[in-house]
Amino acid sequence: MEEKLFGHSVLRKEGRSKVTGRAQYVDDLAFPGMIHGVTVRSSIARGRIKSIRYGDGIPWKELTIVTAANIPGKNEIALIEHDQPCLASEFINHPEEPIVLLAHPDKYLLEEARRAVEIEVEPLPAVFTIEDSLAKRAIISGEDNIFKSYQVVKGDVDAALAGADVIVEGEYRTGAQEQLYIENQGMIAVANPAEGVTVWGSLQCPYYVHKALVTLFALPAEKIRVIQAETGGGFGGKEEYPSMIAAHASLLAWKSGKPVKIIYDRAEDMVATTKRHPSRTRHRTGVTRDGKLVAMDIDFVIDGGAYATLSSVVLSRGTIHAAGPYACPNVRIRSQAVATSSPPHGAFRGFGAPQSIFALERHLDQVARVVHLTPDEFRRRNFLHQGQTTATGQVIHEAVDFGGLLDRALRESDYHAKRERFARENPGADIKRGIGFASFMHGAGFTGSGEVYLASVVEAEATPEGSVRILAASTEIGQGTNTIFSQLAADALGISYDLIEIAQPDTGAVPNSGPTVASRTSMVVGKLVETAALALKRTLVESGLLCDACTEDEFVRACRRYIETRGPLRSRSQYEPPPGLLWDDATYSGDAYGTYAWAVYVAEVAVDTVTFEARVTDFVAVQEVGKVIHPVLAAGQIEGGVAQAIGMALYENVVWREGRMANGQMTNYIMPTAADIPPIRVFFEEHPYPFGPGGAKGIGELPMDGPAPAILNAIENATGLCLREIPTTPEVLMEAMTEKVGARG
Amino acid sequence: MVESVSKIEIECTVNGEHRRVQAYPMARLLDVLREEMHLTGTKEGCGEGECGACAVLMNGAIVNSCLVPAIEASGAEIRTIEGIASGAQLHEVQEAFLECGGAQCGICTPGMVIGAVALIERHAYPSDAEIREGLAGNLCRCTGYQKIFAAVARAVEAAGKISPEYR
Amino acid sequence: MRAYVPGYDLRVPGSLSEALALLARDPGVWQPFAGGTDLMVLLESGKLSHKRFLSLAKLEDLRGFETTADAITMGALTTYSDILKHPVLQSEFPLLCSAARETGSVATQNRGTLGGNIINASPAADSPPALLVYDAEIELVSARAVRWVPYQGFHTGYKKMQLAPDELLRAIRLPRRAKAWKQYYRKVGTRRAQAISKVCFAGAALTEAGTIRDIRIALGSIAPIVLRAVKTEAVLRNAELTPEIIAAAKETLAREISPIDDIRSTARYRLRVAQNLLEEFLSQLAR
Repeated sequence: MEEKLFGHSVLRKEGRSKVTGRAQYVDDLAFPGMIHGVTVRSSIARGRIKSIRYGDGIPWKELTIVTAANIPGKNEIALIEHDQPCLASEFINHPEEPIVLLAHPDKYLLEEARRAVEIEVEPLPAVFTIEDSLAKRAIISGEDNIFKSYQVVKGDVDAALAGADVIVEGEYRTGAQEQLYIENQGMIAVANPAEGVTVWGSLQCPYYVHKALVTLFALPAEKIRVIQAETGGGFGGKEEYPSMIAAHASLLAWKSGKPVKIIYDRAEDMVATTKRHPSRTRHRTGVTRDGKLVAMDIDFVIDGGAYATLSSVVLSRGTIHAAGPYACPNVRIRSQAVATSSPPHGAFRGFGAPQSIFALERHLDQVARVVHLTPDEFRRRNFLHQGQTTATGQVIHEAVDFGGLLDRALRESDYHAKRERFARENPGADIKRGIGFASFMHGAGFTGSGEVYLASVVEAEATPEGSVRILAASTEIGQGTNTIFSQLAADALGISYDLIEIAQPDTGAVPNSGPTVASRTSMVVGKLVETAALALKRTLVESGLLCDACTEDEFVRACRRYIETRGPLRSRSQYEPPPGLLWDDATYSGDAYGTYAWAVYVAEVAVDTVTFEARVTDFVAVQEVGKVIHPVLAAGQIEGGVAQAIGMALYENVVWREGRMANGQMTNYIMPTAADIPPIRVFFEEHPYPFGPGGAKGIGELPMDGPAPAILNAIENATGLCLREIPTTPEVLMEAMTEKVGARG
Repeated sequence: MVESVSKIEIECTVNGEHRRVQAYPMARLLDVLREEMHLTGTKEGCGEGECGACAVLMNGAIVNSCLVPAIEASGAEIRTIEGIASGAQLHEVQEAFLECGGAQCGICTPGMVIGAVALIERHAYPSDAEIREGLAGNLCRCTGYQKIFAAVARAVEAAGKISPEYR
Repeated sequence: MRAYVPGYDLRVPGSLSEALALLARDPGVWQPFAGGTDLMVLLESGKLSHKRFLSLAKLEDLRGFETTADAITMGALTTYSDILKHPVLQSEFPLLCSAARETGSVATQNRGTLGGNIINASPAADSPPALLVYDAEIELVSARAVRWVPYQGFHTGYKKMQLAPDELLRAIRLPRRAKAWKQYYRKVGTRRAQAISKVCFAGAALTEAGTIRDIRIALGSIAPIVLRAVKTEAVLRNAELTPEIIAAAKETLAREISPIDDIRSTARYRLRVAQNLLEEFLSQLAR
């Protein structure tokens, strides 16, 4: 095998099955005797269940009915804390909380049955905003409504602020965002006391589901099996929620003795499952007269919904990213995740960082303006350089050249010329144009000691035919896991792409390589795939059956020979942290991530003053990513993330009524169509990261962080409006424009 | 409980094959395809005619099968994603999606391929604006559409090189 | 899918007389079902309370175009795609074509019908403002009678219209008078394609040396019905196009429409944008 696949855009491993419609997603699967399941949910935000009545006109004896009383183990969805029940038993804490499960072969009858379950509830006080939660209008969780708090301290912020030449304050808010994967959540379960529980479903993290089912059923690990079906998008929305739907399907299967399929329709998926955490960030920034940062005092709060779920981890990432890639000697970040009476918020690409980075990059444009610097000049004076430290005190060892990234982004987008042209042409024009940017970083892999704690494992196994199967729990959810792993393994073994098989993620067959989240799949798990493949080859070489530089035929023959004479040919690779990484959980300081990808994104907008609509007309995304493993897949991640972030900034508005999403239809929750997304031009720079496969860094979440602040910076350039909240809908723009004109008199 | 009507018999041609199934008159064509005919390539994304994941060609025109009552499929000629390739030979749209990275998670892909096929059948050489407008009824959450546009352009190019009577 | 699908009946009469006979025999029992792009959405969300439907699919009497020197008549089952393909509509009725192009997606346009759009009577419908501007007339048939009525005035309140329980909408006729008129259509939705309108504006005017000889203005999504803005028209008819007149027209419009806050937008936004669209229309006339 001469040429390496690394750096080339090989055809997607499962691409053919996807373009022909043959790929099997969970709703495409059917088992003999399978019946359907539905979930009866709370219609109010908070209360005590007084009674459950099964109404007239339904043949209830034909249905399987499950309530909390039927749970064999603990009524809990095991994740981090222990506060979220699988089914509400006495208390309801959010709208759409699951209470009763029903199953029957006739899915139409099930809908009638769902409507006929009457749940009598005595209402209890509820809390719907961050402010009300912090003010403890009602205590809805623990003693004080606070799921988690962090404090990051560097230097002495109070002293620095006291001595600062200029102080600039600002408050910024982000709303909830629905992941809106095009495939709704679904699970099929087969469960009985004799054999245990097996589930198939749309999911990102098979071992998360496994852990949850172990707790729910009080069964030993080997009696629970979780298998990933082809999954139609996740974006974090299928990180933790699948445990809930798997629990429900399994309970119905356990009680009915039949395979049970639960598939949500879009309405249920939207109102009942997780969303991005809404946030509020307050900045108090001290700078010298010539624009050098001396102090950043940041208050960051996220709304976690009714149960803790992943809020502590979202808070962690948001906190660590809150001060950005800037050199500032004095930083304090105080952050909290608070409870409200809405369905728990959860993982969504970026995981807290898009929220805190939105605030920072909007705020720094304000700071620049106050000290009479352009946004780019201000950033240049403050970018982190090699040897300097982040807010958590992490020394940046790589020779990051943010100035160079900024140069390239501004050049590719023709930023200065456009800014000048727009300034000339905007007065009197109906359509006002603007251009703005954001500079940011995103840490790849789990925070701090997270990767050590995960202790991920990948295995490789050869077959007598000479193909090599990679066994990992990392899921293909569209981002290209199967393809990347195949490239890395093929290169390590010196064999062709087609000889690599990626085993279906099945906890009964693959080791735990950790969840498919946190921009870790290529960088952390891909590295393990590479080492496992190398270890397999080394076994063959050390057995004398193969020399290092061999042909593919020789490799195939060596595998066959080895298996015939010595038995299974397997290798195993376990995560080892890069040397020198030190993180202190107690002080929340040190090396937060093994590495960061660095980026500058530029957005060009057109604001129509007749309709108050803002549209992105051009987008440039420049990022330094270590090494590009697969150009088409890498660009695909950036383009997809930018499009989602454009949605987050301008279109995707969750309308809340008493803790419930009122616009849970695709007609009324607006994601961008092909007609709304501009050309997105992607550029990569490469400074290899020594501990990533081939030097690659993780990039899956990066593109979510930059677009929203870049877009609002551009809108400010176009209109002079200082908007601090997303989504910035036309209604919001109209009110702001009217106020501005009114203020001028 | 509500009274039920009887199922009716529906005869139609699907991907060139004559099919006969039983279905309730207001059952969705989407469900008839997936459940009665076991053609699971067509997907449900929203059930409201917004996402286009359920798109099929009915009498040559693209429709959202989640909004077509079964009874209207009577006598119709329907083409689903399963009927786009000719045996092992992929349609130039499918080849282009593969080459250009137009499919990521793949759930929107069947509808998107149908959308692209319908577009090219309407406009042999669609402009950028016509591509965007033509595909506006197919939502994709993964790709940001860029590589889908590239795939359509590639397919148009490939189709232009093939004489119409061989397509 | 939230509906109990087996509980819904959809009959397919083979002819118009068969359909009308059924409607006459059981008035109010059968609701007509055209393209299904509205009714099937209601069905799937569990909100379709009516259970018995009459498919119009086989009624050829409700299809096709008839063009004379004075008018173009199209069957109620004319789809948006049909509209977009018709040469007379393309050249003389651009507002209706714009509306058709902006309705849903291509897939919706292949199934949705103009008649269905009228009878569904959503205040946010895209085509009705164009029909109002074009002085459309509609043909209502029953077993008893055939009558033509002006489309203006057909809707009397939210989802209320001058349609007897035994009547079907058969055709829509547009007089071919608009050729010399300057025409303007703008739909403001939640995004650039496949959007429900927040404000929809259709306007046409006959001008002569800076004076408006005649004018039509219709709006959607700003009242319980699609509205002809007759008071605003009255301010403008026979007036010279000056900034003062434009300001007066905007002020009259504000009093004539009654936009609301809803899940998509706000009353203030709708009002402001409606006024801006009026101003944009009038400014274009002045050029």
